[in-house]
Amino acid sequence: MSVGILMLVHTALDRAEQVARHWANAGCPVVIHVDKKVPRKTYDRFVASCSDHSMIVFCKRHSCEWGMWGIVAASQSAAELMLEQFADVHHIYLSSGSCLPLRPVQELKDYLAARPRTDFIESATTADVPWTVGGLDHERFTLRFPFSWKKHRYLFDKWVDIQRFVRFKRTIPKGIVPHMGSQWWCLTRQTLSAILQDPDREVFDKFFKRVWIPDESYFQTLARVYSSNIESRSLTLSKFDFQGKPHIFYDDHLQLLRRSDCFVARKIWPNAEKIYGGFLRSPEGAIKMSEPNPAKIDRIFAKAVERRTKGRSGLYMQSRFPNEGWENGMTFGRYSVFHGFTELFEDFEPWLARATGTRVHGHLYAPERAEFEGGQRVLNGALSDSPKLRDYNPIAFLTNLVWNTRGERQCFQVGPRDEGAPVWFICKDPNAQISVISGAWAIPLFKSNMNFADIRKEAARLQKLESDQLKALRSPYAKARVRIWSLAEFIEAPMEPLQAIIDEIGTDPTRRLAEAPKMTDLAGFGQFLQNLKNQGMHPYLMGDFPVTQAENEQKKPPRKPYLVQ
Amino acid sequence: MHGDGIRTGTTTSNLSAQPTAKPDLWAAYRMRWRRRGLLWRSFRSRHQLTSVTDRTDLIKRGDVLVVMTLRNEITRLPYTLAHYRRLGVGQFLIVDNGSTDGSEAYLAEQADVSLWKTDRSYRAARFGLDWMTWLQMKYAHDHWCLMVDADELLIYAHHDTRDLKALTSWLDGRGQRVFGAHMLDVYPKGPLSKARYEAGQDPMEVLQWFDPGPYRARRQAPLGNLWVQGGMRERVFFAKKPKHSPTLNKIPLVRWSRRYAYVNSCHSALPARLNHGYDGPGGDAPSGVLLHTKFLPEIVAKSEIEKQRKQHFHAPAKFDHYYDEIAAAPDLWSEESRKFESWQQLEALGLMNSGGW
Repeated sequence: MSVGILMLVHTALDRAEQVARHWANAGCPVVIHVDKKVPRKTYDRFVASCSDHSMIVFCKRHSCEWGMWGIVAASQSAAELMLEQFADVHHIYLSSGSCLPLRPVQELKDYLAARPRTDFIESATTADVPWTVGGLDHERFTLRFPFSWKKHRYLFDKWVDIQRFVRFKRTIPKGIVPHMGSQWWCLTRQTLSAILQDPDREVFDKFFKRVWIPDESYFQTLARVYSSNIESRSLTLSKFDFQGKPHIFYDDHLQLLRRSDCFVARKIWPNAEKIYGGFLRSPEGAIKMSEPNPAKIDRIFAKAVERRTKGRSGLYMQSRFPNEGWENGMTFGRYSVFHGFTELFEDFEPWLARATGTRVHGHLYAPERAEFEGGQRVLNGALSDSPKLRDYNPIAFLTNLVWNTRGERQCFQVGPRDEGAPVWFICKDPNAQISVISGAWAIPLFKSNMNFADIRKEAARLQKLESDQLKALRSPYAKARVRIWSLAEFIEAPMEPLQAIIDEIGTDPTRRLAEAPKMTDLAGFGQFLQNLKNQGMHPYLMGDFPVTQAENEQKKPPRKPYLVQ
Repeated sequence: MHGDGIRTGTTTSNLSAQPTAKPDLWAAYRMRWRRRGLLWRSFRSRHQLTSVTDRTDLIKRGDVLVVMTLRNEITRLPYTLAHYRRLGVGQFLIVDNGSTDGSEAYLAEQADVSLWKTDRSYRAARFGLDWMTWLQMKYAHDHWCLMVDADELLIYAHHDTRDLKALTSWLDGRGQRVFGAHMLDVYPKGPLSKARYEAGQDPMEVLQWFDPGPYRARRQAPLGNLWVQGGMRERVFFAKKPKHSPTLNKIPLVRWSRRYAYVNSCHSALPARLNHGYDGPGGDAPSGVLLHTKFLPEIVAKSEIEKQRKQHFHAPAKFDHYYDEIAAAPDLWSEESRKFESWQQLEALGLMNSGGW
């Protein structure tokens, strides 16, 4: 009793020969099908070089194109020859030229001998599996596909559309239920011969000739009719990438393949010397009867596929450049922007750093230079504080900052003076948390020692700039978490908003604020605003500041820091 | 073919497609003429080349080729050639632009090098591009062809275990004709003149450091290429003139056709679709890194000569300060510099992508 190997080959014939000899030397007869597209000369040379081995035979050649009937026809011819020539073959294993046995052939033989009635063929109904990538599943069987998917994609797609439109449907022959699965199977002689010698085979063949990718459904469907015991999995390890192309195994996968305990793997890169050298040796040591364990490989490849399809959001580079607005996260991770807080609180930055454990920068977009935390000149990722470099591409400055400080939340200040700040970009970024105290820019002016005429001019300028920034933040396109208070509103009850912001940053949700930042003394501020008004400049962004408040406050001692339990 | 499986059962190929801009027929037509103009120039420039050794009859179908123009690179050449041989390059097509240090004799001896020489102006030949485009037109049609300088070492995901043939055949399988790379400046720690480099040594043993960022990208019309700038040279030499800072994106590895032409070094090419080797949201197209080993100690002496020759840059006078600063043998290292370890490190930093390979 032995296992017969069917081998479909179209390139890398030398590797195919090497593998065929390996099987044959271990006592497994091999039937090779060579694609008709391989030139006659090359084919003859190949046949001649294998002719010294009686266990290697060649079957009738068919022209194989992906997704077409040729591959099934090739498997049929090879299988018929195998059944006819090698009477003691019990299981028939379909493989390709780039398949490689990973375990000693004797182990495969023993494994199958222990399961003499089992057919190993992945076979599932179309409704049950999510394999097909975005396109056809059941329609593979009910539509017609006269155009090649690889060569005439446009016609292929259009023809499908037309058939859908006119509701064309082929009838599926009686007695079969379409199933699909990996085309690499291992069937018992009984099942395979029943399929090939079926009196209705003509009917089935005729039907499947017009099915799309029949090599993944012909045997899978018919095996369901005849087999008494289907084990719906393939003994061949093969992984698919995000495009549905098989993953190729290279030399660096050697250890991985060893640990998989699978019997056969595909596809192997033809130049992978170490893999071929390592697995095509004669067996040594004790034979182990472990079950195949592809899980480990699954995990590694799943990761690669995920990375490939999801990408790394917030990364802009040589080979990754999302259109603006096409991606959920325009930056790598969350960050917080504070507007007007440093003006109102004297020690806001160190306080915020203590309260949240995040990294707190000053005005990153200040006209003089980027105020990195602690006055650093160069930040993670060699980001320089040079205003020239920053303003050359302010958005890239921000995306770089967030990307290069992965794993640590960044907070920074923005104000109306920072004209270069990409406010529109930030407010469209769902990763941004923006908190604004509008009108706070007036406080430094209030405290300054400038001439009043200059103050008035600067106030007008800043008010204009800030109102532009607020327009962006209030726009319906803003996706960031935006909170805006006027100055008057904020100082009524400053701790509530602060607590909400800190909670949302959420480095430590259980922590209540133990200390408050020290609010600057605003005595006389109302009068200051009134003076501006009297000069014809109407500050409105800070809300209503009663002039009288100033009088009241003068009587009180300066405010103490708030304490909230 | 066999075994492209079930999971390919899709009727659309735009799994990660960007929205294509409205086709501007007029712009496309102009670019077509521009490309023809470039090809014509290159075709004319064949008269400037004199063959020294011609081994192009040894090029086999499917070989990966390297084209290169160089001048006085004798110290680097042994390692550069060895690096690309290890990556499975079939043949080097090299133009020697008037070397005086024995590079020509050295190259003529190599069994896998076809050598041409010329004394004509490098700058007038679009920085050697005309010559190389001619060689590509003639010898590289339908080959994967890599255009690099002698001081650029291409690395990519798994380059230590998988050669360029494996990479290109995988790209072929995905129907991708270009492979982009990010130029990464590597440099020593300490003043430039202090480092020691022996001819033939791996330059990465001397130049162990690089800048992990910041790199900024923007899209450029009308070719649709990305323009990536940043890194060490910008930090040190161009902080005040970021516009002049070097372009770092390249598409050095292309499945060439005689109808293709590089426009500006190998930063961009025509037809414009070759420039679309990058991915949009939800994607990480494969790309590599060109280790730029320019800053070996010898550059200090070389930069004075280059300043006099005025053969680099479109407006050489604007870059005098660059040569002067290099001639002063500065320390390029900074606190935020990283030590080069492996391609895995570069991938984690977001400088290259394995693209699911």
